[in-house]
Amino acid sequence: MRQKTEEKMSNGPSRRTFLRGAAAGTALLAGTAARAQTPDPLITEVQPWASGFGDPVDAHPYGMPIRFEDDVVRRNVEWLTADTISSINFTPIHALDGTITPQGCAFERHHSGAIELSKADYRLMINGLVDRPLVFTYADLERFPRENHVYFCECAANSGMEWAGAQLNGAQFTHGMIHNMEYTGVPLRTLLEEAGLDTAGDLSGKWVYVEGADASSNGRSIPMEKALDDCLIAFKANGEALRKEHGYPVRLVVPGWEGNMWIKWIRRIEVTDGPMESREETSKYTDVMKDGSARKWTWAMDAKSVVTSPSPQAPITHGKGPLVISGLAWSGRGAITRVDVSKDGGKTWQTARLAKPGEKMALTRFYLDTEWDGEQMLLQSRAMDDTGYVQPTKDQLREVRGLNSVYHNNGIQTWLVNASGEAENVEVS
Amino acid sequence: MSKFLKIAASLALLGTSAQAEGFGLGREALPKEIAAWDVSVRPDGTGLPEGSGDVWTGEEVFADKCAVCHGDFAEGVGNWPKLAGGWDTLDRKDPVKTVGSYWPYLSTTWDYINRSMPFGDAQTLEPDEVYAMVAYILYSNDIVDDDFVLSKDTFLDVEMPNADGFFVDDRDETEYAQWSGEPCMENCKDNVEVTMRAVFLDVTPGVDEAATSDGQITDEPAQAAATTEDTAEEPAEEVAEQDSAAPDPELVAAGEKVFRKCAACHQVGEGAKNRVGPTLNGIVGHPAGQVDGFRYSNALTDMADDGLVWDDENLRAFLADPRGFMKGTKMSFAGLRKDDDLDAILAYLASFAG
Repeated sequence: MRQKTEEKMSNGPSRRTFLRGAAAGTALLAGTAARAQTPDPLITEVQPWASGFGDPVDAHPYGMPIRFEDDVVRRNVEWLTADTISSINFTPIHALDGTITPQGCAFERHHSGAIELSKADYRLMINGLVDRPLVFTYADLERFPRENHVYFCECAANSGMEWAGAQLNGAQFTHGMIHNMEYTGVPLRTLLEEAGLDTAGDLSGKWVYVEGADASSNGRSIPMEKALDDCLIAFKANGEALRKEHGYPVRLVVPGWEGNMWIKWIRRIEVTDGPMESREETSKYTDVMKDGSARKWTWAMDAKSVVTSPSPQAPITHGKGPLVISGLAWSGRGAITRVDVSKDGGKTWQTARLAKPGEKMALTRFYLDTEWDGEQMLLQSRAMDDTGYVQPTKDQLREVRGLNSVYHNNGIQTWLVNASGEAENVEVS
Repeated sequence: MSKFLKIAASLALLGTSAQAEGFGLGREALPKEIAAWDVSVRPDGTGLPEGSGDVWTGEEVFADKCAVCHGDFAEGVGNWPKLAGGWDTLDRKDPVKTVGSYWPYLSTTWDYINRSMPFGDAQTLEPDEVYAMVAYILYSNDIVDDDFVLSKDTFLDVEMPNADGFFVDDRDETEYAQWSGEPCMENCKDNVEVTMRAVFLDVTPGVDEAATSDGQITDEPAQAAATTEDTAEEPAEEVAEQDSAAPDPELVAAGEKVFRKCAACHQVGEGAKNRVGPTLNGIVGHPAGQVDGFRYSNALTDMADDGLVWDDENLRAFLADPRGFMKGTKMSFAGLRKDDDLDAILAYLASFAG
């Protein structure tokens, strides 16, 4: 018996095999409080972990998640882009809880690959309509007063594949171009003031053009109002250095605005009297309407939410009874004030519980603690923010914008949960 | 938005006066440093350097440096961007957004090519080359005639067809008002029908497809590893043969030149790493699909499983017509048309052992 238990341990009952077994109808765990027929050997037998040693403290100087969680990783969809250098992957939001996204599984979007740039080689230039064009080293940046803020970063194309209809079967793929981190950095305003803005004169019509050190440069123009309001030159995320793929050693944080503007490996800030009209703000990240005209400067990410569990990659495996419906909500124009959940495709709604009061331009976790009757559900969530805005349905969005916008799809998502607890990405009337 | 602008603008005025002294950190940027990094070109042409380029020179440069991904006529290869065509498609299903059909400013094209192209070899172009390439792209879009020469002086003569196709974000008028207020909570609809189901149930990169029975994720299923061993012996002999034949140094040198077409995606030689394509050390005579850490297309993996070996004949056929030889390959390359080039590239690649 002892040997058997050891075998079981080395094989590792992964979460995935567990899910698969459960989805196939194998009752690994009873859904409701049931009487055990035989004593559980996990309790009655002495397990190896309760007898022998675990890892010593020097086994993992920088730890990775335990192997049972090795399916909680970023994934990409190969056919979305021509190659993986200029491409995107998705945060496994279906498997996370709380609001902070661990850096190691936070989505990546590169336009020319994630470059390796050391702190020693890092330079940041401010030029253009400033009193003194300046160059900062990384060490210089660390000497300015810094701030800490939690913000979400959402790619403008998050849910973009879903414009014309339900496409990808999983919250990771429909809504995973988002992450939420606590940033440490220097306000962009501080650096602009260090260079001096008297030369720029009246600031209301002025812009900053920001670009990265990678081959794409990914330049974007930001109105001076936003630059002076809440943008951060960030060098830490979730307490540690930014990861290479998120712009190590320094990136720009543009709270609430589309992720493309959050320049990674930021190397230059130019104060200008107009927008640069770079590739990323003309040919890309502009929203084509049904008449063929295109909206530009659609920077703010409107309020949006999604049920992360249950969802296609996170089916219900426990049968009827107590069920936690959970999800994420956010708004680029303020704080989430309320999230409603519907189990019947939008006929009736219940207000969900926010884990904490919503914070400005940060992810908010919601829960609906409920009972599942084992019947089919059409799960939806609907976010509201402190501007009074209510997340629209996909059809409402399409009525205004048509089907070709690609970007800024914040419509209400529907999961069809069937009687076995499996969920599918659908749209409803 | 307007309210936001006013608040922010007043904040801005407060800000500039408050910290006039500054912290005294950083140092003055030197003019040469600013010139090196500030290469932006504005819609009015500000920032353009001296130089010029004509359509026919542009065609040559384009064929050499751009056509691999963008096609000989800027029509795009595979999933790579189309740069020409797409007129009158913006109000249709799946609009084709090219320089000609969509891009509102010519400066954007010049600026982007100058900074970021060719992909994988950015900031290597001379201003004359950029002028010529942009002239060719304009010609491909029927925006200029074939005798057009692009320079600082002619830049503003070019009229971009979709220059007036954009309007500033109007969501606060067209959307925010109608999507606000207390939403419906009960009896919001009479009926709910499922109208659409996820299209790509199977295309969604699956948890299952990559999972082995113990729950580990691997890129290479156990079967593929077995195939490697099965086919390893035979090719090893061929490699020995190749090595014993003395390479023609002239042909190898010619191959090095031809390889420039490949270098945007492939590395070869000491320290080569996988990029868009796998490293090519030792490829000649070796079984296909064996480079560690590279994710091959299903097409290549299937053929590798069937025992494909990159011997002279197969490699030659593949490089002459990649998609003809291997339907579904991810290699976005039109192919080498000349036998001389094929001889040269094979000699060059054979000079790098595995």
